[in-house]
Amino acid sequence: MELSGWGRYPRIEGKLSAPRSAEGIAALLRNGPVIARGMGRAYGDAAIGPHAISTRHLTHMIAFDETTGQLVAEAGVTLKDILSAFLPRGWFLSVTPGTQFVSLGGAIASDVHGKNHHSEGSFGTFVDWFDLMGPDGRVTRCSRDENTDLFHWTLGGMGLTGIVLRAAIRLKRVESGWIRQTTIAAPDLDAALDAFERTYSATYSMAWIDCAATGSAMGRSLVMNGEHATLAELPPAKRAKPFAARGHLSPRVPVDFPGFALNPWSIRAFNQLYWTKGRLSAGTALVGWEPFFYPLDAIRDWNRIYGRRGFMQFQCVVPLESRAEGLRAILRAISDSGAGSFLAVLKRFGPQDSRLSFPMEGYTLALDFPVNRRSLDLMPRLDAITADHGGRFYLAKDSRISAQTLRRTDPRWADFAAMRRDSGLAASFASAQSERLDT
Amino acid sequence: MTPTLLILGATSDVARACAHRYAREGYDLMLAGRDPEALEPEAQDLRLRHGRIVTCHAFDALDTAGFAGFLDGLPHLPDSVICAVGAMGDQTESQIDPAAAARVMRANYEGPALILGLLAQKMQARDHGVLIGISSVAGDRGRASNYVYGSAKAGFTAFLSGLRNRLAKTGVQVITVKPGFVATRMTEGMDLNPRLTALPEEVAEAIWQAQRHKRDVIYVRRIWRAVMTIIRLLPEVIFKRTRL
Repeated sequence: MELSGWGRYPRIEGKLSAPRSAEGIAALLRNGPVIARGMGRAYGDAAIGPHAISTRHLTHMIAFDETTGQLVAEAGVTLKDILSAFLPRGWFLSVTPGTQFVSLGGAIASDVHGKNHHSEGSFGTFVDWFDLMGPDGRVTRCSRDENTDLFHWTLGGMGLTGIVLRAAIRLKRVESGWIRQTTIAAPDLDAALDAFERTYSATYSMAWIDCAATGSAMGRSLVMNGEHATLAELPPAKRAKPFAARGHLSPRVPVDFPGFALNPWSIRAFNQLYWTKGRLSAGTALVGWEPFFYPLDAIRDWNRIYGRRGFMQFQCVVPLESRAEGLRAILRAISDSGAGSFLAVLKRFGPQDSRLSFPMEGYTLALDFPVNRRSLDLMPRLDAITADHGGRFYLAKDSRISAQTLRRTDPRWADFAAMRRDSGLAASFASAQSERLDT
Repeated sequence: MTPTLLILGATSDVARACAHRYAREGYDLMLAGRDPEALEPEAQDLRLRHGRIVTCHAFDALDTAGFAGFLDGLPHLPDSVICAVGAMGDQTESQIDPAAAARVMRANYEGPALILGLLAQKMQARDHGVLIGISSVAGDRGRASNYVYGSAKAGFTAFLSGLRNRLAKTGVQVITVKPGFVATRMTEGMDLNPRLTALPEEVAEAIWQAQRHKRDVIYVRRIWRAVMTIIRLLPEVIFKRTRL
């Protein structure tokens, strides 16, 4: 069948199996290389390949410790499942990406990050252990104390070390489902970077950046900070039901938009509107956890906005020291090309000490582009700028960088590839992405 | 008082979806199946997700002699019961092997009917309860492709209809569910029309809504009512030549 990631580009012919047990998975490992697939929310080709193994039947929660907040669950359990079960009891995810529709296994394989990366780290920081099925079907418990190499190669290892069957993660206590959000309107890039540095102590921070703005407005952003609201900070009506903060899941994008729906003019108009609205409402407000963490989850199947040809996300990080020049060069290349990104996000990363994970101390920029000639011409230029400034790329989003670009920007992957060859992992676990990037 | 639901045949995908749906409504659960140990991971998942009390019980639909003991062993008489017991069997095998055919008939008719009959007695004495039988569209008219299974389901449908008739003036509600195709372990790998095929969660939702709105007979996807009405109305001279 046809397989693709969330960006619906590329699409390839592959097999998709959905075994119901660990034994079922082990049986499939004998028939050539496989790649685990959770919710299919990796944007590009990370979770597709000749044979993808869906974890959609591995959905049991196994144990929860009320004293430590440690949850043990199977790999196919989603972050949405976890929040549905535990937020009403006062627990939240320690780290969450911008969608709840990802699986636990996927979050580990991509070592996802969230708005609190600078303050609390990546998803892997809160993973106590996981059980990993290797090439021979044997299951290995990996943690910071046992099988540590495998543990660290798996966080951010894009599913190429084996299949995560179950994991133990730590949740964090919250008093409510509300977030105290502060919005700062930054009229240009320097102001945006300055706002991030000034508010570094905020638990959560990210910015929507208008990459259609040019000239003196280039890089204008709405920087949004947030803190979990305590009970005392809620008005009495909300205090009575502190976890009842919910948005609505709807509407659904019913059809693929035609290719012309997203064009430089509509993108510019959207961004202008968003900026004007955001600037007028700058300040502090109480918002529900869903609109704060998962604004796009409110529009199901939003990937269809980009039409049948799909879209690509470009997400890079540039190190702290070259943030201003690096980001400016990227924004200039985008505006020079006439391409625009409908949704663009800027975020400050804190330090990250891990074997393969994407984040590094600096700034990450994420941009969506429809798949067309102009975008495909532009993106290698953005790759080169990122590389020249010492940055690197997020493979959970990637569908197109070259193996050379990966080697140049992130030498860690050469060690990983060698490890995979030597240990026999390469013969058993492969995705379209690992073949493209020669990892 | 917390309401309770007993699920008979709790390992099936539909049963599992029902367990989650009712737990979400605040029901404590009794899961019954041939291998109660195999039900334990499901039970634990339900406890963690919904914070409800969930117990597991051994129940074999073919062991009719053990039914009374099974009911006595339950912590208490449940408020609602969903009977999700059933086995499609293999039609070709059922045609040539009477023992195989008998197993299909017993698993889809005898066992489900007798256990619900016993539960009906107890619920009638209490004057309160909901009995939900998962039957099948296959019972609406016998077809060459699965008439052994279908005839057993037809019997079960008729049994539920009679039970409902008998208990209509009591506090006991009887619901017949005809799911149509459902994407489950049982149908995995079959080439089913997606418009006619419901997800287990859809079946669970329909069942909960049927209980809530005191419905009698439900098809899960509305299209099945139309499809089966046409199939039932076809004159036998035409029907016997069809390949449905």
